Amino acid sequence: MSGPTTGEPVALAVDRIRCDAHGMCAELLPEMIDLDDWGYPIVATAAVPDVLLADARRAVAACPLLALRFRPLARATMRVPAAARVPAAIPGG
Amino acid sequence: MSDQILWFASRGSGVVSLILATAVVCLGFLTVARWQRPAWPRFLTAELHRRIALLSVVFLAIHIITAVLDPYTSLGLVAAVVPLASSYRPVAVALGVISVDLIAALVVTSLLRERIGHRVWRAVHWVAYGAWPLALLHGLTAGTDAFTPWLLAVEIACCAAVTAALAWRIAAGSPRRALLADVVSTSSIAAPATSRRVR
Amino acid sequence: MLPRLLAGPPLAAGPESLKDHRRRLGPLAPVADGRAVIDVLASSGLLGRGGAGFPVARKWAAVADRSAGDAVVLANGAEGEPLSAKDRTLMATRPHLVLDGAELAAEAVGADRIVLYVGSEHVAAGTALHSAVAERAADRRAAHRIPVTLLAAPPTYVAGEESAAVHFVNAGDARPTGTTPRPFERGVDARPTLVQNVETLAHAALIARNGDSWYREIGGRSTRGSALVTVGGAAGRGVTEIAIGTTVAELADLAAVRGVPGAVLLGGYFGRWLSADEAIDLPLDPVALREAGSAFGCGVVSFLDRSACGIDATARIIDYMAGQSAAQCGPCVFGLRAIADATARIAGGTAASDDLERLTRWSGQLAGRGACRHPDGAAGLMQSALRVFADDFVAHARRRRCPVAQGRGRAA
Repeated sequence: MSGPTTGEPVALAVDRIRCDAHGMCAELLPEMIDLDDWGYPIVATAAVPDVLLADARRAVAACPLLALRFRPLARATMRVPAAARVPAAIPGG
Repeated sequence: MSDQILWFASRGSGVVSLILATAVVCLGFLTVARWQRPAWPRFLTAELHRRIALLSVVFLAIHIITAVLDPYTSLGLVAAVVPLASSYRPVAVALGVISVDLIAALVVTSLLRERIGHRVWRAVHWVAYGAWPLALLHGLTAGTDAFTPWLLAVEIACCAAVTAALAWRIAAGSPRRALLADVVSTSSIAAPATSRRVR
Repeated sequence: MLPRLLAGPPLAAGPESLKDHRRRLGPLAPVADGRAVIDVLASSGLLGRGGAGFPVARKWAAVADRSAGDAVVLANGAEGEPLSAKDRTLMATRPHLVLDGAELAAEAVGADRIVLYVGSEHVAAGTALHSAVAERAADRRAAHRIPVTLLAAPPTYVAGEESAAVHFVNAGDARPTGTTPRPFERGVDARPTLVQNVETLAHAALIARNGDSWYREIGGRSTRGSALVTVGGAAGRGVTEIAIGTTVAELADLAAVRGVPGAVLLGGYFGRWLSADEAIDLPLDPVALREAGSAFGCGVVSFLDRSACGIDATARIIDYMAGQSAAQCGPCVFGLRAIADATARIAGGTAASDDLERLTRWSGQLAGRGACRHPDGAAGLMQSALRVFADDFVAHARRRRCPVAQGRGRAA
């Protein structure tokens, strides 16, 4: 079973190219994942709260295409911060 | 008397395994067709497909072990894994052995899915179309009671279920694939139909 | 002071030869210490000119850190943005300045290969660079030459995206590949790759000759230096070099923009609309614009005349953006197409009753949901249009009337 083991905060990320709108992630974690008009996930970018970690692991394991995964939070990257490109608040990842 | 127990256990577990495998195949069709109802979410279909598959494999293991241990069949361990190595009804047993080999591939790739990636897993999963019919044929040819009414009824029912499910799957088509292809065609730079995006 | 990049013979004269380039600017000293070069770039505050505005020194340092002498420099001259002409103009008239920058970058980050990635539709640019590379190859004064490859990028919008460029060099497929690994970690042939816009490289080449203080002599309050901008709309397509911080009004004067603008599009198809009142005193400075909720992007400033319909213009842009989706991600390929169709219906006066509401909702759901920033750009443009042309949207959608066509532009 996949999942964070270190106790550090994690969030969810979708491999947008792999995702094919099966929608099981939204069924298993409706608190953090919504579906748009075409069945593709709108994922909350915040850290996964402890109480939802088990459900989040199930959602990650359930994706038939392995498109949902955990990502560490607050990782320094070379990417331009989202605010620099899209000044309006981003509703989801 | 203990021989009888092994013989009954082998037949019984074999039949149960086949019935469960039939359910797994039908659930597989439902999963890939993205079937759902308000009270029946998609993940439930997928989860049942996986869990019943594992249950089926458990009964399959019992079937193989009891068959090997049964002195009447004089099946050695080798004959259980190598096709046509059995002295007892070699062809019939071979059908089962090949089916087991294919099922082993399904199980191993599914357990290691995160390591090997989706594409390899999906490619191997197609062998299910071979594993199930071979199991059915093995059931019809390997046992001395193959044509007793109750076993025949079970086999016919399994066959009917898979046939009906397959027909439904084909009839349902791929509305999603058509929708995707339609929208993708409006993109002037998307790769042509060989793109892996269109499934 | 100005021009800097475009200094020298008139642009209409075509590509500047190696001889003239050397006579005008002097030779570029070989790089003794790569880190020193990167430090000078850091002091200059040079930002990338490909649209992201990322600090150049940090990018070069990231590649240098990972290079074992095997890094690759990819000079990005794809310029897929239809409204932008600065990169093709620079490559067509000052190819040796671009090549100087590429060689400087290669020596500073430890690269043994340079790839020039030029949009196939930019014929003059490709020809000029081809000749320039040949001139350098024939030049016997050069002791150590880093091999240069010239590649034609497909004429699509996303071909200039970083991962798309690398993907094309590796596999002939100019579609973005998602977020990890990034090119500076593993790019061309799995080697650390510096993907840098050609204008940025040209600036770096001048900074290496003249120093960071020289670069910072002109500029705006938040960002120093000069930049190429493409002015479009009523003035047609024109490339000008400005001091960063020049206001939109000053640029309109410089470029002799005719008529009275009703709105301004900053940053090209990937940018944002602003009303003329909002835009007129805005400084063209990447940091200042970001703070004002806008973006410098690739330096496109397009003026929409008061008598032109902003909804119609937006509908055409979004339709183009939808057609340019790489179609790899559902939210982009479905979302952009739906938004484009709804906007077209609204523009044409045939909107369904909930088109405007759905359009607003869909635009808010696009950002961050693709493998590249294409949907983000389109969403930003759409949301700015909904804000700037809000009254027009309502008039088109609810009352099926175009205020502009009915003469609002001619009102006293």
